[in-house]
Amino acid sequence: MEVKANEIRAEVIKMLVEAGTGHPAGALGSADFWTLLYLGGLIKINPQDPWNEDRDRVVLSAGHYCPVLYAVLAEAGFFPKEELSSLRKIDSRLQGHPVARMLPGIENSSGTLGQGISVAVGMALAARMDKKKHRVICFMGDGEQNEGQVWEAYMSVAKYKLSNLTIVIDRNNIQIDGHTEDVMPLEPLEEKLKAFGFAVIEVDGHNMEEIEKAMNRAKVTFEKPTAIVLHTIPGKNVDFMENDYAWHGRAPGMGETVQALMELHKLRTLDGKIIND
Amino acid sequence: MINHEMNLVEDWNNLEKRPMRDGYGEAMVEMARKNTKVVVLIADLLESLKLDEFKKEFPERLIEVGIQEQNMMGLAAGMALSGKIPFVNSFACFSPGRNWEQLRISVCLTKNNVKVIGGHAGFGNGTDGANQQSFEDMAITRVLPNMIVLAPADYEQIKKAVWRVMALDGPVYMRMTKPAREGMTTRTTPFEIGKAQVFREGKDISVFACGSMVYEAMLAAKELAGTVEVEVINVHTIKPLDTEAVVKSARKTGKVVTAEEHSIIGGLGSAVAEVLGENYPVPMRRVGMRDTFGESGEPEELMKKYGLTKNEIIKEIKILVNKNE
Repeated sequence: MEVKANEIRAEVIKMLVEAGTGHPAGALGSADFWTLLYLGGLIKINPQDPWNEDRDRVVLSAGHYCPVLYAVLAEAGFFPKEELSSLRKIDSRLQGHPVARMLPGIENSSGTLGQGISVAVGMALAARMDKKKHRVICFMGDGEQNEGQVWEAYMSVAKYKLSNLTIVIDRNNIQIDGHTEDVMPLEPLEEKLKAFGFAVIEVDGHNMEEIEKAMNRAKVTFEKPTAIVLHTIPGKNVDFMENDYAWHGRAPGMGETVQALMELHKLRTLDGKIIND
Repeated sequence: MINHEMNLVEDWNNLEKRPMRDGYGEAMVEMARKNTKVVVLIADLLESLKLDEFKKEFPERLIEVGIQEQNMMGLAAGMALSGKIPFVNSFACFSPGRNWEQLRISVCLTKNNVKVIGGHAGFGNGTDGANQQSFEDMAITRVLPNMIVLAPADYEQIKKAVWRVMALDGPVYMRMTKPAREGMTTRTTPFEIGKAQVFREGKDISVFACGSMVYEAMLAAKELAGTVEVEVINVHTIKPLDTEAVVKSARKTGKVVTAEEHSIIGGLGSAVAEVLGENYPVPMRRVGMRDTFGESGEPEELMKKYGLTKNEIIKEIKILVNKNE
């Protein structure tokens, strides 16, 4: 699965360089999570029947992460992989920020931050009203927690005790203008989430086993909704991007792309020991 | 001359005064009985929107979000994406005032099936002052693609509108004014979204009005009858505007006045001006809030002070008629 995640990272780099704009840091940092979520059997989905009403809903609230979501959706078979190169281009279904139902697997429109979590709460409420068993997973950025709407939504999650909803926050500590704790401090995040009624699980976002365990625990936690705080390194596995907030919203150039892809290739093949593609 | 095809109330000297929101609350209950997909979201204004009966009968279908207009709109979007027909309720100044951006992205962008009901529009919250009044709601919703914007004229019309709003797949904004006003329409008055209604036929000048100003326009027409024959058109649908009806009447009379309890910028007046400007330019005047905020006072007092009465409509009619002579 780690190898697969690095393939997804390479796809993301290729998409962004082709598009010329986009957000690499979060997409690379969260690639392990996304790969496991869609390709590791953590959710109930069917690429051949993408809108089946019993599917689990994956709501991407932090819309700028979409390249990695598009990459895993294509890999899972929701749409042809060739389409990935159309990201951000005219007449494409792969909008720079996702548009609901424009592409199989895209549940909501996002990009203006803080909205997806409310949409996810609405979906979880509707599921409960209809006595449906599917789950709703909402992925958010840490910078996104700046938005007041997010905390409004958390209050309503607590009110309705929506244990069918799991929120995942990518805690990569960066946002456009710098480090989250400089721009608008979030800490103590865990305590805040707990105070808002969540069962909080902190995980190493690059440890597949930990992610899987947390997601499975969320499924069997019925007394409260679960918040998984995913500690990740922005730009993970591309050395010159790691932990540098400058890469939040900047696409790599040609030279940088070659270097990034070489690094990822090395990781994917474990220095050539596994397979040389 | 009253247009009898509209089946309006016969006796105009004894019109029954009823608040629009009463019709809304009643219709919501009736509709929810028929359609289990209908859900109501409310931001701490249950009784103001007359939804207490709905809550009594369908407690599990009423989502009370507290004072959270932004979250409310998002919740509604998620519920609509799950097959529900959510009605989002608050005062017009807060919703769509405070949650416009959620309306834009989570609802309108993909024609998501959310219905937004703006109560106490215009001077409804009179004594509360400018910050609770709303003269911008039609402008900010009209500009959104995929949006339908309604401003029905009275209690009966609201009741019919609610059913049509529910049956239609896509986002709708409907505003209601607060005070109990004269009911002009009856149960048999036709109502179709997007179809303007000629309430009174005339040959000299057209008055296009919506909401509370339809009655004022009818009063103005009655007062001028004999000297100026005024055609009064109830434009309950601001978007999509009934272009055909607007042009047809303008062609007939050659002069147009618009009247709305809303800013003259961006609402009905603007919509009519846009259509006539492109299709059939004629001299035109707009009655409405003239690029200003309100203040505290009783709604009736404020309507007088800010020129939202039949007198202002008559004044504008005379300006156009005299100009022509």
